[in-house]
Amino acid sequence: MKALRIAFAVLAVLFLTAAATRAQDSSVPPAAPKIDSGDTAWVLVSAGLVMFMTPGLAFFYGGLVRRKNVLSILMQCVIILCIISLQWVLFGYSLAFGPDIGGLIGSLKWAGLSGVGAAPNPDYAPTIPHSAFMIFQAMFAVITPALILGAFAERMRFGAFCLFSLLWATLIYDPVCHWVWGNGGFLKTMGVLDFAGGSVVHINAGLSALAAALFLGKRQGYPHSISPPHNLPFAVLGAGMLWFGWFGFNAGSALGANGIAAGAFVATNTAGAAAGLAWALLDWRYNGKPTLFGTITGAVAGLAAVTPAAGYISVVPAIAIGVAASVFCFLGATIIKTKLGYDDSLDAFGVHGIGGIVGTMAVGVFASKAINAAGNDGLLYGNPGLVLTQLAAVGATMLFAFFGTLFLMVIVNAVTRLRVGEHEERIGLDLTQHREAGYTLVD
Amino acid sequence: MKYVIAIIQPDRLDDVLTRLTKNEIHLVTVSNVIGRGRQKGIAEVYRSHKEAGSLLRKVKLEIAVNDAYVQPTIEAITAGARTGQIGDGKIFILDLKECIRLRTGETDGVAIG
Repeated sequence: MKALRIAFAVLAVLFLTAAATRAQDSSVPPAAPKIDSGDTAWVLVSAGLVMFMTPGLAFFYGGLVRRKNVLSILMQCVIILCIISLQWVLFGYSLAFGPDIGGLIGSLKWAGLSGVGAAPNPDYAPTIPHSAFMIFQAMFAVITPALILGAFAERMRFGAFCLFSLLWATLIYDPVCHWVWGNGGFLKTMGVLDFAGGSVVHINAGLSALAAALFLGKRQGYPHSISPPHNLPFAVLGAGMLWFGWFGFNAGSALGANGIAAGAFVATNTAGAAAGLAWALLDWRYNGKPTLFGTITGAVAGLAAVTPAAGYISVVPAIAIGVAASVFCFLGATIIKTKLGYDDSLDAFGVHGIGGIVGTMAVGVFASKAINAAGNDGLLYGNPGLVLTQLAAVGATMLFAFFGTLFLMVIVNAVTRLRVGEHEERIGLDLTQHREAGYTLVD
Repeated sequence: MKYVIAIIQPDRLDDVLTRLTKNEIHLVTVSNVIGRGRQKGIAEVYRSHKEAGSLLRKVKLEIAVNDAYVQPTIEAITAGARTGQIGDGKIFILDLKECIRLRTGETDGVAIG
């Protein structure tokens, strides 16, 4: 009887391996016993939720810039959705998640989604089609470069932006993604825990944003003559879309419709709520009144910070992470930025960079195997070593993102100038880069 | 002919327009403006970044009138717009050289309506 069971298990494994390595072919039946319809449904819906965050980000950022530049922000987000969606299926996914080379990058074996079909990939997500996992990850690859544009809003030429984004996705995002989430990635092998992208998405984008802001220089008239947000209601709409989509971002990263997903959902909402309230209180205390802009910024910071931790922590740590995110990001976006004088226009580093660092380190403190057996215990549960492991991820990502982006900016700038001319900046990007106006004054 | 420009508080607009109509002054152009007199505004704050100057929202009325109607216009605007607080606004009266009705080509006092 036991031999029969072993034989059956071996056959099942062989069948799965064969199915997974066949080229994309719709006539290959999925490994029916393994695919869970609940898991698949949830992951596909989550992919949609994460995709929704890109237009959400577009309106969040769009409402914060001047009227004359609103279309440039929206356009940058839309074009990234187009460009990276294609890059991902053509070769990005393979570089990020494909067969490992040296712990640093994936091979191009899965280029064109070769071998990525309806059958599950047992390493990444054994109960859903491989293509479902791939398309879920695609939305992360799309929104991460979009986060960066907050740093150079209102002053980058469109063509240069497109080239930079494509190179950044391929040479910075795909490698870091591989290190932390790819099979064989060196940070994953070290035991780094990043549930939904504290390092891969937020630290990566945040430090790249800082490099970009420093390379491009300040906007004309910064800091005294910079206009306030031209449409805060848009920014709130965008923040709401982001919060909603974040449930897919974090809870979807459980890759299953189960208790871990539910826990991540709870942690996500709780951290966002705690952070939003915290920033409102900080504003009230230090700026006289609670501001709407501050509150939504805080919420986003909290959501970003809980991203790496969502599936590993319980609800009280989620509150702590939210509050910590608001405190540190409040300092970063206001005091540090003012003191150091760089123009991170929409606080991409201040919110996502700092929030990602806070969250990734918080995993080292609050992670609990009781919440997620596939995770680890952190400092509070008797394993201080995890803090050091997380620090390795933070350090590696920060350095690679920052210097990698600087390097890319130098290269792209040599091919086609990154920054718009003075005159163009004054007229505005909508008219000069796209020959369009966001709003008609006179019909 | 005179050209009357009035800067008033936005919430007084309806009252002023009603009184102008009562005094038989119907033609008016209204626009949203921002500005300041001696009234200090409310300093705005965006992510801890404090705005430098502060301008306040006002409404501007522009009315072209024949000399006989100047006094009724001033009375209507004053009665409707005055609240007694700082920020009530101002009325400016300019000499108007010419006025032409586009539809018919009428000029001068007839065109003002």
